Amino acid sequence: MNVTAVLQNVIASALIYSAPLILTALGGTFSERSGIVNVGLEGIMVMGAFSSVVFNLAMADTFGSLTPWIGMLVGGAIGFVFSFFHAVATVHWRADHIISGTVINLMAPALAVFLTNIIYGARQTDFIKARFGFFTFPVLSDIPFIGPILFTNTSLPAFVGIGIAILCWFLLFKTKFGLRLRSVGEHPQAADTLGINVYLMKYAGVLLSGFLGGMGGAIQAQAIASNFSASTIAGQGFISMAAMIFGKWNPLGAMGAAIFFGFAQSLAVTGNYIPVIQDIPSVWLQVAPYIITILALVFVIGKSRGPAANGKTYIKSK
Amino acid sequence: MNDKRQTLNNLLVPILSVLMGFLIGAIIMLVFNFNPIEGYSAMFKGAFGTPFYIGETLRQTAPLIMTALGFALANIAGFFNIGVAGQALLGWTGSVWFAISFPSLPSPILLPLSILAGVLAGALWAGIAGFLRAFFGVSEVIVTIMLNHTSLYTVNYLIRNVMTDSNDSTPRIPEAASLRMEWLTDLTNNSTLHAGIFISLIMAFLVWVLIKKTTTGYEIRAVGLNPMASKYAGMSTKRTIIVSMLLSGALAGLGGAMEGLGNFQNVFVQGAVPTLGFDGLAVALLGLSNPIGIIFAALLFGALKIGGSSMPLAVGVPSEVVDIVIAFIIFFVGANYVIRFFLERNKKKTAGPIEKHDSDKASGTPESLSGTEKADKKEDKE
Repeated sequence: MNVTAVLQNVIASALIYSAPLILTALGGTFSERSGIVNVGLEGIMVMGAFSSVVFNLAMADTFGSLTPWIGMLVGGAIGFVFSFFHAVATVHWRADHIISGTVINLMAPALAVFLTNIIYGARQTDFIKARFGFFTFPVLSDIPFIGPILFTNTSLPAFVGIGIAILCWFLLFKTKFGLRLRSVGEHPQAADTLGINVYLMKYAGVLLSGFLGGMGGAIQAQAIASNFSASTIAGQGFISMAAMIFGKWNPLGAMGAAIFFGFAQSLAVTGNYIPVIQDIPSVWLQVAPYIITILALVFVIGKSRGPAANGKTYIKSK
Repeated sequence: MNDKRQTLNNLLVPILSVLMGFLIGAIIMLVFNFNPIEGYSAMFKGAFGTPFYIGETLRQTAPLIMTALGFALANIAGFFNIGVAGQALLGWTGSVWFAISFPSLPSPILLPLSILAGVLAGALWAGIAGFLRAFFGVSEVIVTIMLNHTSLYTVNYLIRNVMTDSNDSTPRIPEAASLRMEWLTDLTNNSTLHAGIFISLIMAFLVWVLIKKTTTGYEIRAVGLNPMASKYAGMSTKRTIIVSMLLSGALAGLGGAMEGLGNFQNVFVQGAVPTLGFDGLAVALLGLSNPIGIIFAALLFGALKIGGSSMPLAVGVPSEVVDIVIAFIIFFVGANYVIRFFLERNKKKTAGPIEKHDSDKASGTPESLSGTEKADKKEDKE
């Protein structure tokens, strides 16, 4: 293989693996910026993956090549609904955020496999027909050198994810909504005094994370796994959480970290073709995202952490 | 009397959570056209119906007690050790690895040393998180989540490349390292019950002694309640953090060793960290981090897990319904504010005339009972 082909292969598979992580990490960012820790991202991704596959199997004939995209939105919608549990539990019912998130992680696979059993009579679904597949950008792919590497046979969901990340950054740092959301995560009492509806903002943060996480799960299922089983989502939610922390709760940082982690994940698959990397035992590539996150927490991010009131239940005084 | 009412309320929360979890499970079965009574009775028979099933249930209970004790101990010190799953997996692997490496040792030496290998593996793995928390202030939640995944891939790699020659499971451990006991196997009609259940009960007692009766236990509780005050009182919070995480991981590792030396008798490549960890977490939350509570909660979850696996064949209900019930039980335990809220509110409403006889010790019971009834009614409406 020549250099261009190798680079194209590496970048495309890195993007394929990062797409679900980007969206889910963005979801985590919204939730934590509003002060709600969301370790339930993994479970939300499971629900998104499950619902998108069900939709895809049922409607592929009707919608054709648009199916995975609508499936992605369906996954987002189900993630939105599912995260409502987390929002009610943590905001109004004063549950511990981590316990509630863990419950979501326990509940989602059980519920999804249960429903798969009911609908399809087996513990996993059939393979979907309409997948995301590869995409070649019309004009951009003609650019010399960059075109063939970046814009040929690549993952469109990843580029959409990057676009959404920029949008999220704008929403979080340049709009009134974003300012309010962040203020609630930093100092809810002060925000409340200024007339911001703290509970509403927290709901918004969690529900947005459910929507984005559900879409992330849907992409994982429809671009990588191609069916749904208990192992379709295996740690991606947690890696996304790591990406969010690594990106210092900033949408663009989270996106960058997600692409990096996607790259690390894809190396475990494509690494066999790349000269130096093929000599590294695959286990190092598999554990790299996790080890790097721990090291980043120790040396880079340290004690200066995310939103000040993150993980604390806010009880409105009478 | 207030204390009594408090304890009663504390007990009511898990009991109501369990009832509500089962209720939701029943509703789910009804929605999907299953008969919940048939479903639950199949589950009950599958957990306690014959000596064999009782043996299986107790076998499942034993490591759950261990992982739950591990989680609880860290929790008492104020840490959320979500990594018990990874620590149990390492304990499992460590014990099996030791056992298959020294097959010629006699049983009285090999068995304790294999268990010890598992305990140490779990302890050291959790110790990483304790160390980073103590000296760098890094959140143990994130670190242990990351370590869970690291342990999974590391163990899978070790099994394929170091412990075997690219096999997906190791050979069986030598008979001398097995926790199985002939009389237990015979008593329960060839179930996989092993000596782990006795070890678990002894460990539950020892953890109770540690927490309630020793200086270390006192320090662990103090740091959990208020790290600043403990430090001011001259305790080394760093030391306590690390000690409690080491002990937590050791207990989880022991639970994992039971799976390796008792239940499966080997270790194999897995797709996710063992559910033992998260189930243990659930058990500890339901048992309110109390060793006695944990024994009962573990028995309940052990019965749910084992009984649940009989449901598909007996009545066609997917066994996942059991996991949904477990998740809801923990949900209600976690969101206990709501349950307490209704208990308190009903108390205020009904307590009016009784309040005057505050010294009357018996009054605690009727009040709380009426509270339960109200909460039940509320449940029905939902």
